[in-house]
Amino acid sequence: MTVNAGSDIAISVEGLVKRFGDYEALKGVEFQVPAGSVVGVLGPNGAGKTTTVRVLATLLRPDGGRVLVDGHDVEKDPAAVRRAIGLTGQYAALDEFQPGRDNLVMIGRLAGLGRREAKARAAELLDEFDLVDAADRPVKGYSGGMRRRLDLAASLVARPRILFLDEPTTGLDPRSRNVMYEVIRDLVASGTTLFLTTQYLEEADQLADRIVVIDRGRAIADGTPRELKSVLGGAQLEVVVSPGSDLATAAMVLGGFGAGTATIDSETRHVEVSVAPRPRLATEVVQAMTEVGIALDDCSIRRPSLDDVFLALTGQKTGSDDAEKNADDAALAH
Amino acid sequence: MTTYAAAPGLDNAPGSLHRISQMVSDTVVLTRRNLVRTLSEPESLIDVTLTPVVFTLLFAYVVGGAIALPNGVSYHDYLVPGMFAMTMASASTGTAAAVNTDMANGIIDRFRSLPMSRAGVLAGQSIADLLTTIIAVVVLAATGLAIGWRVHTDFGHAAAAFGLILLFAYALNWAMSCLGMVFRSAEGVQQFGVLMMLGLTFVSSAFVPTSGMPAWLRNVANWNPLSALAAALRQLFGNPNPAHTVDAWPLQHPVVATICYSVGMIVIFAPLAVRLYRTRTSK
Repeated sequence: MTVNAGSDIAISVEGLVKRFGDYEALKGVEFQVPAGSVVGVLGPNGAGKTTTVRVLATLLRPDGGRVLVDGHDVEKDPAAVRRAIGLTGQYAALDEFQPGRDNLVMIGRLAGLGRREAKARAAELLDEFDLVDAADRPVKGYSGGMRRRLDLAASLVARPRILFLDEPTTGLDPRSRNVMYEVIRDLVASGTTLFLTTQYLEEADQLADRIVVIDRGRAIADGTPRELKSVLGGAQLEVVVSPGSDLATAAMVLGGFGAGTATIDSETRHVEVSVAPRPRLATEVVQAMTEVGIALDDCSIRRPSLDDVFLALTGQKTGSDDAEKNADDAALAH
Repeated sequence: MTTYAAAPGLDNAPGSLHRISQMVSDTVVLTRRNLVRTLSEPESLIDVTLTPVVFTLLFAYVVGGAIALPNGVSYHDYLVPGMFAMTMASASTGTAAAVNTDMANGIIDRFRSLPMSRAGVLAGQSIADLLTTIIAVVVLAATGLAIGWRVHTDFGHAAAAFGLILLFAYALNWAMSCLGMVFRSAEGVQQFGVLMMLGLTFVSSAFVPTSGMPAWLRNVANWNPLSALAAALRQLFGNPNPAHTVDAWPLQHPVVATICYSVGMIVIFAPLAVRLYRTRTSK
């Protein structure tokens, strides 16, 4: 029996505003998340990703707009929302002094499971998250990766229909990251709706069906990774000119293949231009270069990455006075 | 591999009976959690074990020799009920620190994202602290008996005295929960807690009769809840209680006054704590 009313929309956000004092953290965020899908929320630090998650998870009250999670209004019926969701925040929300197992049992009991049910569920999750060996040691002694795994396990105790993951892999070791990916894929296969924020574009590209880009308190783009990339148009044709060959000549030749002028980076000896990709393009470029006596170290055609999309979307709005944010964007692009 | 089908039963919106049973169950679960935390950090038990012993011995043998009580009554007999009052005050600062730490830690976010009772977190804390307070009461009673303090009344009066101690401690814990939520850092809570404890206990009749204080201070001390508690305990244990001659209502009726202070604190601070818990965590 579900109260979900067969709704196809798991999360609906309309005109969401959230203020902290005078500071408007969210300025009318809008998006919808279809049930059973994975939505990746991208955005620089301070863009409003975590604030959005906290509102959706009933930890913060919105100051404006309408937010429905699992068909329930987060303001009018937070209890119903809480029965449908799981949350894993950026910092492991665990009781340091209790063993991992007791943490999970405690959360099961608080989520409304019976004693025996909570114990069985804890054992199941410990096994699944590769924590059986450490299960009866206090969390105090856990490594960062173990904490994050236990934290994710904790958010799954009550088998939520909608799971919020706030930067689930930030700072994780490869082993924990792989466990995380595996769990995410299993969850998706079982129909759980996933809402994850991340700073890793590659991760969003791999995991998410849809991506919402949040910047400065607004959702500035919403679509599939492919749709977002198509915003940038075709591909980039990029060559690396060997030392001794003339960059300007190479740029002229390359310009003949693309739309617009080729750009030159004389330091790295990269020359690139936007092109409409077609078969044998790279071969033709190499031939044309050889004919005019230009030697190439490399020639490649690159489809735009989400990094390019992200920079294109947020870069337009980045003011020159906002040095810190530029630094964040630069860090994100690496 | 596990499947993540929705758990049956969790979908149903709970009725009020279910809500009450959930609240009781949440409180039990969280009381246990807080007890585990206290016991796994033995240093946090110093407040309720070593501190009362050391203070009792200091006052009994260092300070006490210089304190002359009217009619030559035994200072040790006078002191121990005051020590009970002092220990309740100092142990309660632990509540403030624990609540403050929880608020700073992400675990409160986890609790708040669960379909659990809102009051359970705070109720679990105050009940767990009440149980650790019992440790302090036992330690202190043993120390008192060792230095010559005696109960001069019957079992019923003594039981009433211990009940009064715990009621007062429980009420004070709610006030301290509020304090723990108002402060931004654990250090702030600790420092303010110690200052408050010193002020409350020294400007009271816990260690010395208020009659020797300047008039303005004497009035403060006479109406200090700890003075009422100390006087009530002295009366119930049958220990010397010079305060009964003081012309202040709480000291004339110390047992009733202590109950009033305790109930008053619960009525004011329990709802305030729940309110603070909501606003501090959902800003």
